[in-house]
Amino acid sequence: MALLDVQDLVIDIPVGGGVLHAVNEVSFAVERGETLAIVGESGSGKSLTSLAVMDLLPRVARRRAARLSFDGTDLLTIPERQMRKLRGSRMAMIFQEPMTSLNPAYTIGNQLSEALRCHEDVSAEAARARAIELLERVGIAGAGRRLLQYPHQLSGGLRQRVMIAMALMCKPDLIIADEPTTALDVTIQAQILRLLAELKKELNMAMILITHDLGVVARVADKVAVMYAGALVERGSARAVFKAPSHPYTRGLLNCIPVPGRTAPGAPLGAIRGQVPNLIGRLQGCAFRNRCDFAAPECAGDIHVEAVSPGHDVRCVRLEAQNRAVA
Amino acid sequence: MSDIVLELKDVTRRFDVSQGVFRPKATLTAVANVSLQVKRGEVFTLVGESGSGKSTLAKMLLGLLSPSSGEILIDGVPIAASNRIAVARRIQPIFQDPYSSLNPRKSIAQLVGLPLLVHNVGDAASRRAKVVEMLDLVGLPRRMLDVYPGQLSGGQRQRVAIARALVMRPEVVICDEPTSALDVSVQAQILNLLLELKRELGLTYFFISHNLAVVEHLADRVAVMYLGRIVEERTRAGLFARPGHPYTRALLESVLTPDPDLGVPETHIGSAMANPMAEHAGCPFQPRCPSAIDICRTTAPAVSSLPDGWATCHLLQQEAVASL
Ligand SMILES: Nc1ncnc2c1ncn2[C@@H]1O[C@H](COP(=O)(O)OP(=O)(O)OP(=O)(O)O)[C@@H](O)[C@H]1O
Ligand SMILES: Nc1ncnc2c1ncn2[C@@H]1O[C@H](COP(=O)(O)OP(=O)(O)OP(=O)(O)O)[C@@H](O)[C@H]1O
Ligand code: SF4
Ligand SMILES: [Mg+2]
Ligand SMILES: [Mg+2]
Repeated sequence: MALLDVQDLVIDIPVGGGVLHAVNEVSFAVERGETLAIVGESGSGKSLTSLAVMDLLPRVARRRAARLSFDGTDLLTIPERQMRKLRGSRMAMIFQEPMTSLNPAYTIGNQLSEALRCHEDVSAEAARARAIELLERVGIAGAGRRLLQYPHQLSGGLRQRVMIAMALMCKPDLIIADEPTTALDVTIQAQILRLLAELKKELNMAMILITHDLGVVARVADKVAVMYAGALVERGSARAVFKAPSHPYTRGLLNCIPVPGRTAPGAPLGAIRGQVPNLIGRLQGCAFRNRCDFAAPECAGDIHVEAVSPGHDVRCVRLEAQNRAVA
Repeated sequence: MSDIVLELKDVTRRFDVSQGVFRPKATLTAVANVSLQVKRGEVFTLVGESGSGKSTLAKMLLGLLSPSSGEILIDGVPIAASNRIAVARRIQPIFQDPYSSLNPRKSIAQLVGLPLLVHNVGDAASRRAKVVEMLDLVGLPRRMLDVYPGQLSGGQRQRVAIARALVMRPEVVICDEPTSALDVSVQAQILNLLLELKRELGLTYFFISHNLAVVEHLADRVAVMYLGRIVEERTRAGLFARPGHPYTRALLESVLTPDPDLGVPETHIGSAMANPMAEHAGCPFQPRCPSAIDICRTTAPAVSSLPDGWATCHLLQQEAVASL
């Protein structure tokens, strides 16, 4: 059984002009020790999807699903008190914006210790020792002194690392990391990603990694889910998705980035024309069709999911047309 | 007109920073003794660690910040001697964040036309015509003239910022991470646009980025900054093929190409961030350098010439001696 099993997750947000269909029937599963990366356009619903798993959606948002289970526990019906206990102890989150989860009024040391002590009965000394160990592992020198500092006294990169340490305090089974390295420079990014991979192995942790950096995804993920306008358009092993991208949006995305050795310097990069559609109101057909080179009348109808190979699913009705064009 | 548009001569910038109520102020050296020359029509890129002084350098080039010492010249004339308005005519910025860099209460036409107004160019009708021409140039539909930034996507806002930067027909555009807040699909459009505009208008770019794949795509020359200093300056081809400085090597090794068969590389440089408030007797990179030798701790390395540029590292000096 998968550690996390999400089936047909729907998130609606009532807004001025109607209902915003932020996430539409998204399904995925994550096993222990596995990393799932979620990639996709800004606003495609990546953060909301992960917040839905943690039951941390903004109050206005409405969540539905055919199934949402964590290690056999049904998260749709679990009492709030029990959910709070799971959060932070067995599921932890690294947020896109560090300041949302660091409290400006308390020292780093205080917050790190609290993260552990509100879930486990450990002494203050033991909590402090674990905090120092983790800060050192995320590359913060002089960790003992840092414990006395307040969040505003740290640079963005340092704050991000403190957040990562905080999420790891309880040795969670599942960690959700929303753009964990976006604010960091490339050498630090590589170090943090290595650390996460190491800890994942050590603790047999599952990880959901949200990022729009395709390099990070390829190097770190076991499985990839590609989202576009609230829908999951492609899903498969990282190898399958990068070696045989099959949804026109995924292909477009991979053509957009310059790849040293493959893209001629200065040559025009592939671009995806047009813009993401408005998600308010009833949606019908493929949301990508106004930007898609393969779009045909049938793309306005119901779009089913098709397996291009075992475990590699694509939400597109024009796979044959695509294959002909590529051949 | 000379070949060199921009020149920095031994430029240093320091900041006083408070260390708490009872302790004396400390001095932070954000940019230390930087000298460089940007040639007309080239894409000069600056890469380096977060906090190494790249944005501080850009602000000095724009005349928004003055150097603590040293000199900045535009077409051979010191910035200090010309006024802000005159500098702004020739050098324009494009910043990282298209969300905060545009005033939300001004329409697109007002935003793009503002530099014309400030510099008192033409009458209302000719200014409007110029704004329309700019929107066409950056690929924004004319119906956007009277909308407000809140109604635009990130990519469209960045196009507005580019239109505004180019409306005065500057010679040099300073781009400080112009695409890092954008989706990759939007990044591609903006990079294509910048390269196209450069060819069309003969612009010179001073381009700051953390994304080395982007740098390799558009740079003519690359300077690498570490702890306020430029530690290497090379042609694009030379730098990416044979990096000279150990920090540059670590940077290039950290680049994650989208290859699912590879993992995350080891960087070998530790993770203690450089401290811009400390004094450095030897090489500033020595505490983290995997190849450091004794002399690195005591003596600052001199500049070593390379066929296509230079770097500051004792190992290069020793190689040069050995090959004599
Ligand atoms: N509190 C809210 N009220 C109304 N709409 C919201 C709210 N939070 C998110 N949305 C909308 O839901 C959609 C999905 O948002 P989400 O934050 O999940 O996107 P994302 O994929 O994480 O994007 P990014 O890459 O920019 O972080 C967006 O259209 C967003 O504007
Ligand atoms: N106004 C200021 N007062 C004090 N210190 C400053 C000021 N502006 C910048 N600094 C410091 O100067 C150093 C260089 O900062 P700068 O913003 O130039 O770095 P950067 O290379 O642009 O970094 P990044 O890649 O993160 O944007 C940093 O240590 C920063 O904290
Ligand atoms: S369903 Fe149609 S519009 Fe959507 S991606 Fe496939 S071909 Fe393009
Ligand atoms: Mg998000
Ligand atoms: Mg900067």
